[in-house]
Amino acid sequence: MSEKKIRVIMAKPGLDGHDRGAKVVARALRDAGMEVIYTGLRQTPEMIAEAALQEDVDVIGLSILSGAHMSLVPRVVELLKANEQDHVMVFVGGIIPDDDIPRLKELGVAGIYGPGTLTEDIIRDIRGAVLGR
Amino acid sequence: MSLAASALEGNRLALSRLLSQVENGSTEGREALSELFQHTGQAHLVGVTGASGTGKSSLVNQLALFYRHPPAGEKPRRVAVVAVDPSSPFSGGAFLGDRVRMRDLAGDPGIFIRSMASRGSLGGLANATAGFVQVLDAAGFEIILVETVGAGQDEVDIARLAHTTIVVEAPGLGDDIQAIKAGILEIADILVINKADRPGVENTERALRNMLELAHPVSHPTTHHGQTDSIAASTPPPADQQAWIPPILRTVALEGTGIQELGKALEAHAQHLKRSGDWQRRERLRLESELETLIQVSLVARWRENVSDQVYQDVLTKIVSRSLSPLEAAEALLNGRNNRY
Repeated sequence: MSEKKIRVIMAKPGLDGHDRGAKVVARALRDAGMEVIYTGLRQTPEMIAEAALQEDVDVIGLSILSGAHMSLVPRVVELLKANEQDHVMVFVGGIIPDDDIPRLKELGVAGIYGPGTLTEDIIRDIRGAVLGR
Repeated sequence: MSLAASALEGNRLALSRLLSQVENGSTEGREALSELFQHTGQAHLVGVTGASGTGKSSLVNQLALFYRHPPAGEKPRRVAVVAVDPSSPFSGGAFLGDRVRMRDLAGDPGIFIRSMASRGSLGGLANATAGFVQVLDAAGFEIILVETVGAGQDEVDIARLAHTTIVVEAPGLGDDIQAIKAGILEIADILVINKADRPGVENTERALRNMLELAHPVSHPTTHHGQTDSIAASTPPPADQQAWIPPILRTVALEGTGIQELGKALEAHAQHLKRSGDWQRRERLRLESELETLIQVSLVARWRENVSDQVYQDVLTKIVSRSLSPLEAAEALLNGRNNRY
């Protein structure tokens, strides 16, 4: 029957309204054969975790350009753990200062992609993380 | 504990994982469907279909809210949403965007939303949608709203799956010629003109009403040679034989206008189906079509096991070079005369 597809949620937590990056990545992942669930703007971490649970995703992509990543990302990771979804790969895109990267990696964020990232790199990382485990 | 048992107990993570197993056609998913089947048959299955951009997702959002916050005196009902969007025919990937319109439903444990890619199925649903509906039905969701891919004219699988099919139209999409065509309008139990605050809504409604009156002539008392012939009006058929005439409702989903009326129409249709015996008849048709699909799929799979890829490709090459017709080839492959080709 049909084979396993990689399922991804692309979400925009917080209050900034710049969703072009999220849409470009979503489109690239779609073209790479993944099933991308797009949740739209201004999502709370709770909404994102709930959607991840209902959709049984392998990957969550968070696009944040507001500067609030150090409060939003830890909360999403915490909620995933509470829902027994620790296996879900989390990646973050947007404007993330270099100083914050080590702390995010410590939290378990698998990839941090700033402006200029090639979508091929994101696709390769996701495939590696999901299919390789 | 099996995923199915946990899902029956209300574990949402188990339910979600089980849906993936069903979607991927795994052994565990298939076994769970058999285990759960005895618990199905309780939910009201409501299909929502129509062209893309008519506002199906927003309407589903509002309907779910209506069932969760019903008019005073009625019990809230548990609602599941299955939202299908198309898979790319080239990459096999999909962009599932229906949740964007359903953000009002977040945080309510009485609601479960699942997005689904069509994965190559052409009838407006995915192959596993029927399985999803069974799992959600068994898990105790009382209303299951199934939103099809943006359907044009012929994506009518939903009518076989749902008890009640809502066809969503919007002003300005087509004239009375579109309304007469066979297909999607014929499967409507309820017609909704969404975005009814837009210009042209009267024309849309008139076209739909004319189309319906051709299908269900209204029995006006008529005069025949000066004598009033009102037999039809004075002796209406008994309630259990009255045909359902699809109502035409106007809504503005973004503002929640007309949703109460739509909720009432859905309830009236469920009552009608039960009173007339159509509920049972539709169940039978639905399960029959599911059985046939399953038989077809497993027959093909079983047959494929007995034909080597080499033989299959050789026959295909003969067809391409016009030395064998597709009909002859199919006949030969099915009759096991592979060696002759």
